Amino acid sequence: MKRDTKRASIFTRRALLVGGAQLAALGGLAAKLYQVQVVEGARYTTLADSNRISARLIAPPRGRLLDRFGVPVAGNKLNWRALLIPEQTADVNATLDNFSKLVPLADHERARIEREMRRHRRFIPVTVREFLAWEDMASLEVNAPDLPGIVVDVGTTRQYPFGQALAHLVGYVAPPNEADMGGDTMLALPGMRVGRAGMERVHDKKLRGRAGAVQLEVNAVGRVIRELDRQEGIQGQDVQLTIDAGLQKAVIDRLGDESASAVVLDARNGEVLAMATNPSFDPSLFNSGVSQKQWLEWTRNRRAPLINKATSGLYAPGSTFKMVVAMSALEAKVITASDSVFCPGYLDFGDRRFSCWSKFGHGSMDLHGGLKNSCDVYFYEVARRTGIDRIAAMANRFGLAVPLDIELPGTRSGFMPTRAWRMAQGKAWNIGDTIVSGIGQGYMQLTPLSLATMVARIASGRAVQPHITRAIDGEALPGGKAEDWPSIGVSDHTLHAVREGMWAVVNEQGGSAPLARLDLPNMPNVQLAGKTGSAQVRNVTREQREHGYKSENGAWELRPNALFVCFAPYDTPRYALALVVEHGNAGAAAAAPIARDIMQDVLTRDPAARRDPPQRVADAAPIGSRIP
Amino acid sequence: MSVMERRLIREASFGLTGKLWQISWFYVLLLCALASVGYMALYSAAGGSPEPFASKHILRFGFGLVLMLSIALIDIRVIARFSWLGYAGAVVLLILVLKMGHTGKGAQRWLNLGGMQWQPSELMKIMLVLALAHWFHKASWERMGNPLFLIPPALAVLLPVGLILKEPNLGTAVITGVVGASIFFGAGMRWWMVLLIIGIAVLALPLAYEHLHDYQRARITTFLHPESDPLGAGYNIIQSKIALGSGGMWGKGFLQGTQSHLNFLPEKQTDFIFTLLAEEWGLVGGLALMGLLATIIIGGLVMALICRNQFGRLVALGLSVNFFMYVLVNIAMVTGAIPVGGVPLPLVSHGGTAMLTVMIGMGILMSVHVHRDVDFGEERDQF
Repeated sequence: MKRDTKRASIFTRRALLVGGAQLAALGGLAAKLYQVQVVEGARYTTLADSNRISARLIAPPRGRLLDRFGVPVAGNKLNWRALLIPEQTADVNATLDNFSKLVPLADHERARIEREMRRHRRFIPVTVREFLAWEDMASLEVNAPDLPGIVVDVGTTRQYPFGQALAHLVGYVAPPNEADMGGDTMLALPGMRVGRAGMERVHDKKLRGRAGAVQLEVNAVGRVIRELDRQEGIQGQDVQLTIDAGLQKAVIDRLGDESASAVVLDARNGEVLAMATNPSFDPSLFNSGVSQKQWLEWTRNRRAPLINKATSGLYAPGSTFKMVVAMSALEAKVITASDSVFCPGYLDFGDRRFSCWSKFGHGSMDLHGGLKNSCDVYFYEVARRTGIDRIAAMANRFGLAVPLDIELPGTRSGFMPTRAWRMAQGKAWNIGDTIVSGIGQGYMQLTPLSLATMVARIASGRAVQPHITRAIDGEALPGGKAEDWPSIGVSDHTLHAVREGMWAVVNEQGGSAPLARLDLPNMPNVQLAGKTGSAQVRNVTREQREHGYKSENGAWELRPNALFVCFAPYDTPRYALALVVEHGNAGAAAAAPIARDIMQDVLTRDPAARRDPPQRVADAAPIGSRIP
Repeated sequence: MSVMERRLIREASFGLTGKLWQISWFYVLLLCALASVGYMALYSAAGGSPEPFASKHILRFGFGLVLMLSIALIDIRVIARFSWLGYAGAVVLLILVLKMGHTGKGAQRWLNLGGMQWQPSELMKIMLVLALAHWFHKASWERMGNPLFLIPPALAVLLPVGLILKEPNLGTAVITGVVGASIFFGAGMRWWMVLLIIGIAVLALPLAYEHLHDYQRARITTFLHPESDPLGAGYNIIQSKIALGSGGMWGKGFLQGTQSHLNFLPEKQTDFIFTLLAEEWGLVGGLALMGLLATIIIGGLVMALICRNQFGRLVALGLSVNFFMYVLVNIAMVTGAIPVGGVPLPLVSHGGTAMLTVMIGMGILMSVHVHRDVDFGEERDQF
C-alpha cells in the first residue's frame, strides 16, 4: 500500500498541475475572446454590416420634354411586366406553358427566358414579358394560382405622345452601351436609358436625374432578405421646348406623302415653332432595340426617314436665294431698286448662253419686277455686277452657310462658294459661276433651317438665331425676346425693297406664286410675302429643252426640288417659313400651296402670342381644307 | 473504519441500485445543460426551427445518455480487462478507413458502419486511454523510472497517431498524442523525460511542416496572415472573427445573428457553433459556456483525484484531457488563435458519431467514478 500512496500523491500533484494548465489555457482563450469581441468589436461590427448590407441604386424617372405650352412630347408611362422567379416554382416549364395559354409566348421568347435563367441564380427574377396590356394583367392576376413563380411589377418606359411627328426633333432613347457607362454607375441599372438623338441627346444629362438608393440586407450568396432603408431618386429636370406640338402635328399631316421638310420660326426671336421632316420613323422602337429588318428598311429607303432633312438636308436654294443677291447689290450700291435690266429670255456671256425660265423673256425689269416674276436674267446681271464674294458675305450675314446656334446634333451649315474657295482648289473662278449663283444654283448647298433663318432675318431685320430650348426646369433661357437679338445691319431701305418684292410675288397680279395668297376670312388684312424656288438637281441641256424635255416626266430622283420661303403678316412680320418638297418639280405649284396652308394654320393658332394651346385644337380648321 | 472494511461494505451492497446511487447525477445534469445549449444553438442555426438540426441533436443525446448510463454500470475491472482488445479493434478500424474509407473534404476519415458515418479516430482516443491506463495500472514509481518500460506504450501511442496523420487529420493526431502524453505524465514519468520529449517535439516542428499536406500548410499560412486571401482559405477565420466581434459584449440576441443567419459564417452548425452562440449572446454568453465546459473538465479531474485505483485515475485523467482538447482546439480555432482544423465542440456541435463517442467516453468516466473504490487485487509490477 505504501507504493500506492507514493503513486497516488504523485498523481494528485500532477493532476492538479494538468488542471491548472487547462484552466490557464481556457483563461487565455477567454482573454482572446474578450479581445475579439470587446476590444476589436467596433471594427468587426462595421465589417459585419458591410457583409450584410448592400446599397443599391434605384433608377430615377427621366425628365420630360414639353412643348411651348407644357404639353409633354416625351414622357414616362408605366410599364407592366411579368417576371418569373425560377426558385418559386417546382416546374418552370409548366408555369410558362400556363402563362402561354393566357399571354402567348413566341418560341424565341421562351429561348431568351431560358437563356437568362441559366445565366442567373434561381432567385433572380427573369423578365417574361414587358408592356403588358391591362386585360393581360387582369387575366394573369386571376390565374395567379396556376402561375407559381410569376410576379407582376411595374416600371417606367419612355413614351412619345406625338410619335413620328416629332421624331427627328425630340429624338429617342436607347439602352446605354459600354461607352456611355464610363463613370456613371447609375446607367447600369435596369431600365435606364440614354438620349441617342435629338433633344433627348442634347439635354441627356439634365433629363437623367439622380439615382435613389435602397439599403438591402443580403445573405452570403447575395439574396435579398429585407429592405432596411430607401431614398427615392430625383426625377430628371423637365425641359421645355419652343415647339408647338399641335402645330407640328398639323404640319406633318399637311406634308402628307411628300418627301419634304418645313421649318416655322418666330421671326422676331428665332424660336422654332415647328420643324417637320417627312417621312419619319417611330422613335419608341429604339427603346427596346430596333430589328435588323426595320433598320434595313429605314436605311435603304431613298426618302431617308432617319435623316432630319430640316437640319441635315442640303439643297440648292434656287430662286429663294434671289433676295440675298438683291440685298448684296443694293448694300454694295451696285444697283438701285429702280435700275432696270432688259430680259430677252436669255443672257449671253462669252460663249455661253444663260436661259431665263421664260423663254419669251420679261422685257425691262427692275428689282420689284425681277422678284415678282422671278426673272432669272435680271439676277444673272445683278449677280455679275455684284460679284460672288459680296453675295457670299451677305448670305452668311443672313444665316446661310454659317454654323447656327441650333442645339440639334448633326446640323449641317451648308456651303457657299467664294473666289478664295475656288482658288484653294487650284482653279480660277469663272464669271459664269457668279451668274448661276445669282439664281441660287451652282455650287451652293443650303438647309431648310438656314433658309427659314434667312426669311426670319429679312422679316424682322434682326440677327435672330434659331433655337429649340425655351426653359429648363421652369427657368426661361435668354433669347425669348426680340430685344435679345441685334439688328442685322442692313439698311431699312434695302430690307423694305426686298420685302415689297416678296409681297408682290404672292399678292400682285401676275406674281409668280398666286397659289400662296392667304384666304383667312377672320383676318382679311393679313397678307403673306414669299418667294418660290425650283432648283435643278441635274443640268438640262439646250437640246433637251428644245426637244420639249419636261422634268415632271423624268425619274423622281431627277426632278427639281420645289422650295418656298415666306413670312407673315406682311406689315407686322411674326412668322417665317421655309419649305422644301424634294423633287416636287416647281416651287409655285408644289410648294406654295402647302406653304400657304401651313402659314394659315400658324396664323390661326398664333402660337407666339398665346400662353396656352388653342382650347379646341381639333376644331381649328384642318390644314389644307380650304384648297378649292 | 478501515479502507478494507469500507471496501467490503461497498462490495456487499453493490447491486444495481447501489451503483445507480453512486452515479454523479450532478455531472449528468451538467452534460444535459451542455446538450441543451447545443439544442438552442442548432435551433438558431436552422433559422429558428428544430429541423433539421436541433431535434435530431436532442434525440441523439437521449440515446447517448442511455448508452452512457449503461456503460457507467459496467464494472470498471471488466472494462480494464478488455481494454487492449478495444485498442486492437480501433487500430483495425483505422487501417480499414485508410483502405476503404469514405473521403470527405479532402481526407479519408469516415467509415460507413451500420448506415452511419464513423470516424474511427474518435473511438481510437478512448481505446488508447484505456490501453495506456491498463499498462501503467500496475507500474510502480521505480518501474516508471525505467525508459525501456515506457517504450511499448510509446509505440502504442505512435501507431494510431501515425495512422491518423495518414488520413490526413492533423488536428485529431495532435489531440491523440497529447491525450496519450497526459497519461504518461499522470502515471509518473520522470520530469527529465517530459522535458526531453517537449524538446524533441519543438525541434521536430520544422521537419513536420515539411511533411504537411498543401491544405494543412495553407491553413497555417492563412492563420498567420488571414487577410492575404479573404475569399479563399482565410474566409472562414475572417468571417468567424467578424461574427464574434460584431456580437460584442451582450450579443445581438437570440436568432438575431446576422453573420450566421445570412450564411456568411461557414459550417455554423458544426465546427463554428461556438461562433454562432457568441455572436447572438455576446462575450457574456461565450464566457458562460466556457465556464460550463471548464466545470465539466475539472469535474473529470476531480473524479480522477478521488478514485482509489490507478487504472481509474489514469482513465479519468485521459478522458478529461480528451474533452479539454476538443474544447481548446475548437474555441481556439473559431477565435483565430490556432489554424482551423475540423474539431467539433462536444455535445454542442451537430454530428452523430462525435456525440456518440463523447457519450461513450463519459460513460467510462462515470464507470470509473461509480467503481472508484473497487478492489483491483494486489498491485504488483509486471515483468
